[in-house]
Amino acid sequence: MKQNIDNKQELFTGAEIFVKCLEAEGIDLVFGYPGGAVLHIYDELHKQNSVTHILVRHEQGAVHAAEGFAKSSNKPGVVLVTSGPGATNAITGIADAYMDSVPIVVFTGQVRTALIGNDAFQEVDTVGITRPCVKHNFMITDVKDMANTIKKAFYVASTGRPGPVVVDIPKDITEDKCEFVYPEKVSMRSYNPSVQINDKDIDLAVEKILKAKKPVIYAGGGVINSNASDELTKLAKYLNFPVTNTLMGLGCFPGSDPQFLQMLGMHGSYEANMAMHDCDLLIAVGARFDDRITGRLDKFSPNATVVHIDVDPSSISKNIKAHIPINGDVKDCINKIIKKTMDKKLKPMNLDSWWEQINEWRKKDSFKYIQEKDIIKPQYVVDRLYEITKGDAFITSDVGQHQMWAAQLYKFNKPKRWINSGGLGTMGFGLPSAMGVQFANPDSLVCCITGEASIQMCIQELSTCLQYGLPIKIINLNNRYMGMVRQWQEFFYEKRYAMSYMDALPDFVKLTESYGHVGYKVENPNDVDSAIIEAINKKDKLVFLDFITDPNENVFPMIATGAAHNKMILS
Amino acid sequence: MRHIISVLLENESGALSRVAGLFSARSFNIESLSVAPSEDPSASRMTIVTSGDDNVIEQIVKQLDKLLDVIEVSEITSNEHIEREIAFVKIENKSIDESMMEDLSKNEFLKVHKTKNNEIIIECVDSPKKINDFLRSIDKIAVKIVRSGSVGVNSN
Ligand SMILES: Cc1ncc(C[n+]2csc(CCOP(=O)(O)OP(=O)(O)O)c2C)c(N)n1
Repeated sequence: MKQNIDNKQELFTGAEIFVKCLEAEGIDLVFGYPGGAVLHIYDELHKQNSVTHILVRHEQGAVHAAEGFAKSSNKPGVVLVTSGPGATNAITGIADAYMDSVPIVVFTGQVRTALIGNDAFQEVDTVGITRPCVKHNFMITDVKDMANTIKKAFYVASTGRPGPVVVDIPKDITEDKCEFVYPEKVSMRSYNPSVQINDKDIDLAVEKILKAKKPVIYAGGGVINSNASDELTKLAKYLNFPVTNTLMGLGCFPGSDPQFLQMLGMHGSYEANMAMHDCDLLIAVGARFDDRITGRLDKFSPNATVVHIDVDPSSISKNIKAHIPINGDVKDCINKIIKKTMDKKLKPMNLDSWWEQINEWRKKDSFKYIQEKDIIKPQYVVDRLYEITKGDAFITSDVGQHQMWAAQLYKFNKPKRWINSGGLGTMGFGLPSAMGVQFANPDSLVCCITGEASIQMCIQELSTCLQYGLPIKIINLNNRYMGMVRQWQEFFYEKRYAMSYMDALPDFVKLTESYGHVGYKVENPNDVDSAIIEAINKKDKLVFLDFITDPNENVFPMIATGAAHNKMILS
Repeated sequence: MRHIISVLLENESGALSRVAGLFSARSFNIESLSVAPSEDPSASRMTIVTSGDDNVIEQIVKQLDKLLDVIEVSEITSNEHIEREIAFVKIENKSIDESMMEDLSKNEFLKVHKTKNNEIIIECVDSPKKINDFLRSIDKIAVKIVRSGSVGVNSN
């Protein structure tokens, strides 16, 4: 009898299995917030040491933190929240991760299976609500599926074009017991992320590359996701092709390289947008021709042959027809092109006259600003931060003018240093994502460039930063306006500033101090450098620098919605 | 252009809403949609009739293919194919005369059923175009029309 029992596999509760799965997956950090439906899981987390749980102050913060963690490392971010309001609070973050292809897995508690569909306390149809903003989602309805589903979730989130995966777990599943085996591999017949690259397409592209007289490489976040920055840089340097980046792609090609045309699009540089408009060969790499990039579609790059390299076939020819579509992992595709050009020592055309033209455009110096005596220009703060940190800091940002100035003026020489919300444009992203970045890079300098409106959307995370000793530097470009809204109202609504003035602002210095951090208000342009240096020197402290900046400054250049690229407003 | 898209779909809960949600979220047209078991007990086959220019259809196929519950997608209208639909039309007895009744029963694509309450149900299996023609011909007297939506298969 006894022997019989010994032979039997040990049984574990769903909650125990959950924690074992994270361990087996190599996850050591989870951002979350407890509640009724996930209490069994929290109890198990409490009993062990291999998975650390970070308690945020709002579920949106947990998801943004997981995004920051994932974007600045090579690991997926993990979130754990409760059912109902826990899940709904997480949705903004999930949608954000979906738009920007960030590999995260979000575990949501759910009411007991017997109660599902009964409008039970804290019940919400999480799988239904999140369906349009996830790469995929699952509900676990049998504890025997727990390990397999979790394995699948991580696999789906981090392969192919990455994205968020939600796993909804009813409470009774975390009590039920079964054996634990973590599958070594998963296969799903309806999901095959490893695409076979078509060599014929590569040959066609190479032919165009070698004949192009006015080429441009337009590289986006897909290059960073595929860890292909080195390859892209190598190829572009060999070919002597100009490179422009999308907002998400910044850092995938060295920002201080002379071949870099800066960011393109609505607030992109004159030279980047003009080159896109006039080029004869447009090589899009891991980018998706977003409407903030293309402006007016029928006037976009009218004379170019478009080569589009992307891992997601549905991104190709979605907005702009690709003449040469290349579907595959960006890194593999670039390596194939390198083999057929550089490795064979084949030379592209002489591009002197194209570069002459580009240098002519560059003379407009379209990101320029004038720092006057009395009032701090927001661009000046970003500029000084760049110089003082030598371009080596991790920079997160919120959404608005400050985000554009950060993107324009901080030159990113390495990938995964620029962490922002591009697709969804989520105010509130900056601070919590900086927490994730700091956890992934504990010894690095992490700065959050924000505005006085955005920072208030997730300001509660200052408390999380204190609890875990995160020495983030918050660079608040305080113009007392929702600046980007004010700018649009100035240009397109005859200066009727409806609801864009930020009245009743808190004293940010006192606020930060009340959370146990350090804060300084900076009003004089002469104090900008010393404030930044002092903040950086406070290595163990979160420092909030409240820069009082010119409220009337606008982001230039600007292409109005629906205008063509060569119709930029320069000042 | 009208297109028929055939989708092999995992029998997972929620798979259908993923497809339906995709069409509404990206504002693709759906003219008809039908789902039923397939040769594989763990998968269903869905036939979607939609319309759009070539770019739209290319996007629909790619977006469907991207859904994790979708095993296989094919656009069947660009090759030889057979397409059929079934329609039931209910007609009140009083609105139909002898000669009409005779015409109906002669038509090999139609079947005529009679209900207890003396109503007539015409069953029609044909291509949607023919069904449309037939429905137009009895437009004035039809009380209720029930259509299945098309199914189709490549025949080359
Ligand atoms: C959650 C959310 N709500 C509203 C918006 C619309 N929006 C975009 S920029 C902006 C103003 C941001 O103001 P601030 O953070 O002060 O930055 P600034 O533009 O002044 O640099 C607003 C309201 C948004 N992007 N996100």
